[in-house]
Amino acid sequence: MAKIIAGVGTSHVPAIGAAVDNGKTGNDYWAPLFQKFEPARAWIDEVKPDVCIIVYNDHAHAFDLSSISTFSIGTCESFKSSDEGYGPRPIPDVVGDPRLAWHLCESLIMDEFDITIVNDMTVDHGLTVPLSIMYDQPEAWPCKVIPLAVNVVQYPQPKGTRCLALGKALRKAVEAYDQDLKVAIFGTGGLSHQLQGPRAGLINAEYDEKFLNDLATDPQAVAEITHTEWLRESGSEGIEAVMWLVMRGALGDKVDEVYRFTHCAASNTNYGMTILTD
Amino acid sequence: MSTIREPREFDDIPGTFVFDGQRNHQGYHLNMFCKSLDIKENREVFRQSPAAYLNRFPMTGEQREAVLQRRFNRLLELGGNIYYTWKIAAFDRVSMQAAGAAMSDEGMTEQEFRDMMLAGGRPMKGNRSKSDKNR
Repeated sequence: MAKIIAGVGTSHVPAIGAAVDNGKTGNDYWAPLFQKFEPARAWIDEVKPDVCIIVYNDHAHAFDLSSISTFSIGTCESFKSSDEGYGPRPIPDVVGDPRLAWHLCESLIMDEFDITIVNDMTVDHGLTVPLSIMYDQPEAWPCKVIPLAVNVVQYPQPKGTRCLALGKALRKAVEAYDQDLKVAIFGTGGLSHQLQGPRAGLINAEYDEKFLNDLATDPQAVAEITHTEWLRESGSEGIEAVMWLVMRGALGDKVDEVYRFTHCAASNTNYGMTILTD
Repeated sequence: MSTIREPREFDDIPGTFVFDGQRNHQGYHLNMFCKSLDIKENREVFRQSPAAYLNRFPMTGEQREAVLQRRFNRLLELGGNIYYTWKIAAFDRVSMQAAGAAMSDEGMTEQEFRDMMLAGGRPMKGNRSKSDKNR
């Protein structure tokens, strides 16, 4: 049977991907952050998940305003990198697992989570930057990937309680799968940042630390944060971190925090990472 | 359509345009114009004749002007969503931090914005609530 072995929370700042692609990870600006990735890379090299379910949001690349789905799962054989205006990132195609993806869709829908099923999509920095953070620049990604896209661009984003419950349903679905697979689940986006408007550049480091503490020990408290509080305290784009609750819900009640750090600033964002195991 | 908003609780957050249904409806064609810049051929046409290209989209006169003048906060006021209006900045090869500086209070340069981020970002104090500036 398949098993969820760990959850990874990470911001998905596009400039981190650009730093990798353009060979800038050793410069004065980026080196301090990339040094902090080393323990996470060593950890994933050791646990070697067969599949990563990556909970992320698309930023108007694969999807647009013509149709807005709250939760979507990609069931494709493989996923190309989106062209975000500079040409697609020079990275390997992301390899999917259609059989597992369809199993998850079926199990979730039977569990009353009405997932949108996507057979044709690219993946943008929201998904590919976390892969670069964990695996650097391999010739092929060492795991299969199930993209689970969440709408966090259009208000209202799904509630925290719903994201946490989706995580629990995902765990049930994974554990019911008939192949022996080690599955890691990623929650991505955040932490505090605001890209838009006169308040652009907002950071709330104190709030982010509390978020990381509570995510591990009291996820229900995080899940009950209101939309207005997220937007106010974490920035209009910081609300992305609601996606980390899907990851947290897929883990057991008690977790071990294997690794964690924050780094301010990566581009316009308070970068955050956490690795949690059952 | 009317640009007078029905007030929402989150409108109390200063310097922020929450992309709700009202803004989606107001800015749909503006945002879909921005989305069209994903395609290289469209970018070439827009570069050659910006105003003519905008005529392909049923946008308002105010939206067209704000695009041509690169008034990023005005675009947000007129229903633009940052991930869509960002495509105009990327088209101009403007960095996210330069765009942030342009939307910040008057006079901030890209370097000043970058320095602010390295110093811990824009502080929360005074930036939580329009109705209570001391929070």
